Amino acid sequence: MADEKIKKVSIVVSKGSLDGVYPGLIMANGARMEGIEANLFFTFFGLETIMKKRMDKIKVATVGNPAMHLPSLLGIIPGMSAFATSQMKKEMDKLDIPPIGEFVEMVHDAGAKLYACKATVDMFHLTMDDFCEQTEAIINVGKFYEVSQGGQIIFT
Amino acid sequence: MTSKTYAGKTVEVDDEGFLVNPSDWSEEMAPERAIEMGINELTDGHWKVIRFMRSDFQEKGQIPTIRRIKNAGGIPTKDVYALFPEGPAKKAAYISGLGKPQGCV
Repeated sequence: MADEKIKKVSIVVSKGSLDGVYPGLIMANGARMEGIEANLFFTFFGLETIMKKRMDKIKVATVGNPAMHLPSLLGIIPGMSAFATSQMKKEMDKLDIPPIGEFVEMVHDAGAKLYACKATVDMFHLTMDDFCEQTEAIINVGKFYEVSQGGQIIFT
Repeated sequence: MTSKTYAGKTVEVDDEGFLVNPSDWSEEMAPERAIEMGINELTDGHWKVIRFMRSDFQEKGQIPTIRRIKNAGGIPTKDVYALFPEGPAKKAAYISGLGKPQGCV
C-alpha cells in the first residue's frame, strides 16, 4: 500500500484568497503533469476561483495575516492588499505561474475536472452562468465523494 | 553516472535516463527515446513540441514549461497532453534530450 503510486486526487479549495487558491491549482495541475487523475471541488469562498467576475480579482489578505509581517494598521490602508497582490503576481509570473483565469483554463485543458459546491451555490444564490466555462457541474457533497472514489482527498 | 546508446551514439544519462549534456542529443535519438516513454511513433505534432523545446532551451537556457509551450510555442495544452500522455512535461523533455523539469508548473 505505502509504496503504491498515487493514481487519483480530489482537492477541495475552500478559501478565496490568493494563498488559498494557488496551492490547490498548483497541486491539481502538478497531479495531471504526473499522470494522476485530478478533481477540484470549490466550496465557500474558494468558489470565487471559478466565478467569471471574481477569478481575476482574488487578492492576498494584508490584515489578519501574520506571515505578511505587516502591522495590521498598515494592512488596512486602501490599496495595500492590491499592492501586495500585484507584487506577488510579478514574482509568480517569473516562475511561469499563470494568473488565476489562465490557470483554471490550463488545469482544465490538462484534464482536471472542476466542480462547484452546491451548498455554497445555493447560499450565495448563484447559477451555472456565474461560473467559467471550464466548470464541469454543480455537485453536492455526496456526489463529490462519488467522483472522488478510489482516490485521495486533500482539503486546502 | 551511466551511459546509453541511441542511434549509434553513446551518451551520459542520469539515474532516470535524462541526458546529462543536452548538447549530446540529436534528432535521430528522439524515436528511440520516445519508445522508452511508450510513444511508438513520433508524429508531426510531437516534432513541433520537440523542436520548440529544443530551440527555446537553446535561447533561454531553461526547460520550457507546459505554459510556455502554449504561450510561446503556440501549442495548446490539450494537444500536449494528448501527444505525451501521463507526464507531458517530463516525457517531452526526456525525448528532447533535456534534463528533468524542476519547476512546479
